[in-house]
Amino acid sequence: MTDRELILQRIRSAVANAPEPPEIARDYAERHHHGEPAELVELLAENLTGYRARVHRADDAGLPALVARLLAEHGDTSVAVPADLPAEWLSALTIDVRPDAPLSAVELDRTSAVITGCALAVAETGTIVLDAGPGQGRRALTLVPDHHVCVVRVPGQVYPSLPLAVPELDLRRPLTWISGPSATSDIELDRVEGVHGPRTLDVILLG
Amino acid sequence: MSGGTYLGMPSFPVAAKTATHDGRLRGNMHRAMNTIRTRRARAVSELDDWAQLRQAGKEIKDRALRHLDEYLLQIEERVTEAGGHVHWAADAAAANRIVAGLAKAAGAAEVVKIKSMATQEIGLNEALAAEGIDAWETDLAELIVQLGHDRPSHIVVPAIHRNRSEIREIFRAEMGRNGRPAPDDLTDRPADLAEAARLHLREKFLRAKVAVSGANFLIAETGTAVIVESEGNGRMCLTLPETLISVVGIEKVLPTQRDLEVFLQLLPRSSTAERMNPYTSMWTGVTAGDGPSDFHLVLLDNGRTETLADEVGRQALRCIRCAACLNVCPVYERAGGHAYGSVYPGPIGAILSPQLRGIDNPVDASLPFASSLCGACYEACPVAIDIPEVLVHLRERAVEQPGHGAERAVMNAATWLLDHPAALAAAERAASATRKLHPRTLNLGPAAAWSDTRDLPEVPSESFRAWWRKQHR
Ligand code: SF4
Repeated sequence: MTDRELILQRIRSAVANAPEPPEIARDYAERHHHGEPAELVELLAENLTGYRARVHRADDAGLPALVARLLAEHGDTSVAVPADLPAEWLSALTIDVRPDAPLSAVELDRTSAVITGCALAVAETGTIVLDAGPGQGRRALTLVPDHHVCVVRVPGQVYPSLPLAVPELDLRRPLTWISGPSATSDIELDRVEGVHGPRTLDVILLG
Repeated sequence: MSGGTYLGMPSFPVAAKTATHDGRLRGNMHRAMNTIRTRRARAVSELDDWAQLRQAGKEIKDRALRHLDEYLLQIEERVTEAGGHVHWAADAAAANRIVAGLAKAAGAAEVVKIKSMATQEIGLNEALAAEGIDAWETDLAELIVQLGHDRPSHIVVPAIHRNRSEIREIFRAEMGRNGRPAPDDLTDRPADLAEAARLHLREKFLRAKVAVSGANFLIAETGTAVIVESEGNGRMCLTLPETLISVVGIEKVLPTQRDLEVFLQLLPRSSTAERMNPYTSMWTGVTAGDGPSDFHLVLLDNGRTETLADEVGRQALRCIRCAACLNVCPVYERAGGHAYGSVYPGPIGAILSPQLRGIDNPVDASLPFASSLCGACYEACPVAIDIPEVLVHLRERAVEQPGHGAERAVMNAATWLLDHPAALAAAERAASATRKLHPRTLNLGPAAAWSDTRDLPEVPSESFRAWWRKQHR
């Protein structure tokens, strides 16, 4: 007998006499905050800031200058971008822009920043979800450089809660949920921002 | 560590005795547990529907377990459709063989690892070492444990028993022997220690061909694996290497995508007291041009189906490894994680290890007695595992074991608890605070001699001593 057959057979005999479980009572809240879209954007900003992400606002006209300023302030000399990132976002940059053609892991490691969009954001949890869709690129891109600038369109991309956001996701795509910069509390439970992922996360609320 | 029990591991009371006499360890543990309890209580109290989420979490897991065969077949189908490979491992040896074979086939002399209870449980690192393959732990706490030639003492923060100056010494002594050395002027500031780990591991991430992970959840509906983490070491392992091997216990199944909305509220708040952990990764098979081109899912039984067959004990399989039960347990806090002689310490370890490994050895036979049945673990558990109920049930099974070895271990464990009035008193205080949540009946079927014991959780402050007197007068 293969291990597959063995495991399946053991499971079947283990649960043979178990009662059929009840229908799942999903009587938890669909959302915890009932504000207007603008208030949800505010909540998203607050929760991201609580995780030490840096949150900024811009409209379409102001975006290129803001992007350029954030990279300059961080001292970045190069920036990786998904090949399909809107060109106007980069129009004020004077540093080395590296479209992901793709870049090797070592090249990414020598690149100081990355700019992307996102698939959606969840206000209640302060979460940004990337799904490798338009303007986001593959997963390594937003992981290896030390500074991630992420643009969220507001209020359009902002969902109030997990129960309202999860059904919108396509799990066949690779998903990365980001709630603040990388962090650890492994040493005496002292929170330290920045271990392996980008140590600086700038979120631009665009709208 | 080895697969199954730690070799040469003393049984609970012996190990606990050592731990409670180690003042530094006790200090570290007490401070840490206090902090983590306060933070978690705050994170949970933010959600006024916590009880409903907890109930949904329990029901989803019960459904997954009741139809586990169908869900596993569904996962196999979806993962295969998406270009991944599914392997089935009845026990630790089979899983280790599969992983070692895959790593060799990929031409790897080393693998990078994401923190994973399942691979610790099966002793994968040792099995790979025997095949000449180095396994590098990349979670900061696991790195501290690995470099310190130590054992993890907590499910979520495995190096909780180490303080910052100990960690600095470990890094200075050991990093250079295993790769990039720690800087000469390394301080004991957590930020500097994390930076040293970042630099030490980065070269390993960039050159790794093979990564090994576990998974927090497997979604049957879509064949998606989910990993919840903080540091980004998980993302590195899931993204950069060409080959990814995920060893996942069969109980990690969630039936549907929608179930994530429940578990991604329950898990981060229960484990690290956050609204959401920094990073969560989800992937289904392989994606061209993004991440590993070769994905292998190893479905691990290793005692789980036997646990599933136990009507009372099977609820332990709902566990999502959040460690909330450890953090509230007065016995865990005083005895330390190592006392449990297993990769699963604390209350969940006391009910899981004996079921996964069998109750016929002194370590595992003593574990169900490492508790005063105060009920704090049940109250804290986000999937409502009635740990006291399972403990009582396993005590019964333990004393039914033939031979005196188990009986002696049992007596020792109970004596340890009675000899540590502080642990017992703290347990009793916790018990009265949680009394309203205690099960009224344990409903364990016939076994008249034990019926008094089953009523014990109702009168928790008397339970342990009363039980002990009845059994051993
Ligand atoms: S038993 Fe419950 S509280 Fe303990 S680790 Fe498992 S899920 Fe968390």
